[in-house]
Amino acid sequence: MSTVQRNMSLTGEPPKTINTQQKLASAIGLIGLTVLFLALVNVNFPNKSFWLTASLVMIGVGTIWFSTAAYLNKHEGIKNDGVYFKSLSSKGFWAWVLGIALTLFYVLLYWFPQYLGLVKDGDNKGLVALFDPLSKMLNGGPASQWFVYGTLYTLAILAFGIKFILKYRHNKYEKLRTYSVMFFQLAFAFLIPEFMQRLNSDSFSLPYYDLKNIWPLNYYNFEQYRVDQFISAGDIGLALLIFGIVSIFVITPILTYKYGKRWYCSWVCGCGGLAETAGDPFRHLSDKRQIAWKVERWVIHSVLVFVVLMTTAVVHSYLGDDSSKYWLTKDAFLISVAIILTVVFVGTFIFKREELQKDARYGAIGYFVIIISLIGFHYFSGKTLFLFEAETLRQTYGFLIGAVFSGVIGVGFYPIFGSRVWCRFGCPMAAILGFQQRLFSRFRITTNGGQCISCGNCSTYCEMGIDVRAYAQKGENIVRSSCVGCGICSAVCPRGVLKLENGPLEKRIDSNEILLGNDVDLMNYVNK
Amino acid sequence: MEHIVIIGNGIAGVTAARHIRKLSNKKITIISAEADHFFSRTALMYVYMGHMRWRDIEPYESWFWEKNRLELKKAYVETVDTNNKTLHFKDGGSITYDKLIIASGSVTNTFGWEGLELNGVQGLVTKQDLENLEKNAPNNKECPRAVIVGGGLIGVEMAEMLRTRKIEVTLLVREAAFWAGTLPKPEAEMISKHIISHGVDLRHNTELNKILGDGKGNVRAIITKDGEEIPCCVVGITTGVKPQISFLKNSKIETDRGILVNRYLKTNIEGVYAIGDCAQQREPIGNRPPVEAVWYTGRMMGEALAQTICEKPFEYNPGNWFNSAKFFDIEYQTYGWVFSENKRKDYEAQFHWKCASDLRCVTISYNKNSNEFLGINTFGIRMKHEVFDKWLNEKRRVDYIIQNLKKANFDPEFYKNYETEIQSKFFNQPVNA
Repeated sequence: MSTVQRNMSLTGEPPKTINTQQKLASAIGLIGLTVLFLALVNVNFPNKSFWLTASLVMIGVGTIWFSTAAYLNKHEGIKNDGVYFKSLSSKGFWAWVLGIALTLFYVLLYWFPQYLGLVKDGDNKGLVALFDPLSKMLNGGPASQWFVYGTLYTLAILAFGIKFILKYRHNKYEKLRTYSVMFFQLAFAFLIPEFMQRLNSDSFSLPYYDLKNIWPLNYYNFEQYRVDQFISAGDIGLALLIFGIVSIFVITPILTYKYGKRWYCSWVCGCGGLAETAGDPFRHLSDKRQIAWKVERWVIHSVLVFVVLMTTAVVHSYLGDDSSKYWLTKDAFLISVAIILTVVFVGTFIFKREELQKDARYGAIGYFVIIISLIGFHYFSGKTLFLFEAETLRQTYGFLIGAVFSGVIGVGFYPIFGSRVWCRFGCPMAAILGFQQRLFSRFRITTNGGQCISCGNCSTYCEMGIDVRAYAQKGENIVRSSCVGCGICSAVCPRGVLKLENGPLEKRIDSNEILLGNDVDLMNYVNK
Repeated sequence: MEHIVIIGNGIAGVTAARHIRKLSNKKITIISAEADHFFSRTALMYVYMGHMRWRDIEPYESWFWEKNRLELKKAYVETVDTNNKTLHFKDGGSITYDKLIIASGSVTNTFGWEGLELNGVQGLVTKQDLENLEKNAPNNKECPRAVIVGGGLIGVEMAEMLRTRKIEVTLLVREAAFWAGTLPKPEAEMISKHIISHGVDLRHNTELNKILGDGKGNVRAIITKDGEEIPCCVVGITTGVKPQISFLKNSKIETDRGILVNRYLKTNIEGVYAIGDCAQQREPIGNRPPVEAVWYTGRMMGEALAQTICEKPFEYNPGNWFNSAKFFDIEYQTYGWVFSENKRKDYEAQFHWKCASDLRCVTISYNKNSNEFLGINTFGIRMKHEVFDKWLNEKRRVDYIIQNLKKANFDPEFYKNYETEIQSKFFNQPVNA
């Protein structure tokens, strides 16, 4: 087996995969990147506005030209030729180079912003200084490392979004959802929060707020400093605070019921947006083994429990005890959290018990008992909530999940683990949406009768590591909590077997022992 | 415990094994000389094209077999001794069975051309064929040009594979258009154009005369029946497949082109069954040919035979015909029967619609006397198997099909619909066209 494998990738020399135009385009993009790199090593550019513009334009134009040269001279259709032969997309040398470079960038970004040029209480230097003119233009102040990151992130989604659109130009679903993530990144994640900063003054201050970034993905949304800012900013602030709560408790459940979690994960979300655009060349690297699925279920739900505990502790820490001052006291808050969790838990066990696998039941019961007993323990003893200080929990979560998991592993390791590692194993928002998608949503991927030939394209190109084929070859609809509805399984299917659909809840999951095409009596007899 | 031995780990054999396991605790052994594990034969092309690795075209992880107590044996069965219920392997050793299922599949069908033994002449049916192609045509320096003989599904797959490595491909097709022995002419012509647009040198009405060597045992060129010499390093033989039954030559199992079976998929020997490509029905079923080398047929025979093996005798009784394929970028599905010109029944009329893009078309065939819907070919538009299966069972009239075509659409969300265009063409056509 392994001998064949080696043979296929080593002696199987595909023709040169980039043409002259693509080389020129790459050169332009790399020159743009070099400007950023030179700024990083403290080359002082005289006219920063000019060099920053030149650099960003060259990166953008290089990427887009590369894509037009790659796709426009070919027929519309699936473009996966040689994916497993190219070094960059098959964990070869260039994949590791890129992975390590991205990881280093994230390490600097999160823990050593001074090396990017960030200067507190003074003029920025290096890379951050290069972005000062753009920052001043948008929000009126100097750049921070986060501004640099936000700009490059947005540029990546826009440029690689165009690449993705060219690649899938025959597929309207793919085009529309890519326009959507490009819009939400540019407007909601980048421009609107920057403009909102401009409105701030000494008497009025709103926190930096990407409206589409919903708790618990936005795990810091209900921290004290933000809530204080929201409340002190009057009606607008209060409206934003309420919007943040309504997003997770009202808007999200409704949209997920109607369309599945894809409305968020592959149409709106910024993490998903980057994965779908810049991360697209690495989507096939996700681990499809069943063991990976088992690990995924434990890890992602543990992160969800962690973020619920952390947020409860943080909110609890700044609430008061006196109900005459404000109705939401520490105790009232804890009791409401316990009630909400109990309702969800009991409701699931009453109505959806048979849809949960054994490990899911054990996990749910275990975590539920832990959370409720921690709350009860606190309520009756009055000690530190959850045995740890809220601040310790917050910092640990921010470090482990917010930085290491979503940033370093999530994006830095794109070329090694695939593009949706964070979304699949770590994102607590995806866990909530997925829980609902699995149990209470109209969304499913339907299979087309007996047409599956078990070829494996769907599973291979599933960025979430779902073994789509395992369902398709049984004629079973795919209803998985992790599915982000990117639609690529359906696109790459050579026999027209898969379709993303919203439909009634009845018979949403129906497995066939005998597939369509065979004797009707036999099918009725075996499938019952 | 009854021992079920299955020769062949393709879709037919493995489907039978899986279903027998679901129904019983019998001991099951699957023998294959080709590969360690079951793989999707129809996906061989994607490994050469770099879309997937070998392990990606294996539908089950390696723990699957042990977990389901399916014993795997890698060996080539040389003789079948039905008197002693024993199989003898080429490398020595043997195995006894209580019941034997032969699912040995197909081999490339050739027509005795001169030069078939040369290096570089190959089919594309087995894992070994894939390895050979990797060796014979690794890139366009080692192999600047290849000739493919035969315009069918394997031929176009091979052309697509070679084109991904920028190898020049000449495809010899006996008919006036691609796969015109099966497809109605307008469709065959559309696919021909599409194949040519992918840089394939498609030669219609052209047949192979002989293959020429370079004196060192390698292919140098081919000569067509018109006498034209085309230099090449690889000759792909894709003129169909035939049952792989040579190992049964000295056995008592009755064969013709394939292993002869009755409707219970049983051979002339008690306890010996044959399914999939290698089986030949003693009496043809409906419009189906007696030997039907199709993925779905193999699967369906496996499903049916498992019941019989597990003491619930079921006749193999396939439902409505269906199939699918992909020609470069154009997907094809068919439900029911749509015949090409030379196979068309007297009562069959056809309605054709083609998209202006030349990338989509639909043919609906119906009985010109009763207007009963008989079948549909659809290119570039996905349609629902279940819906057409139902309509065929209900013997719907063709105008009902056309009016309700939207219900059968299976294209992804937001795709452009063509039903209105198809309907207006159908209802505006002259009567009895």
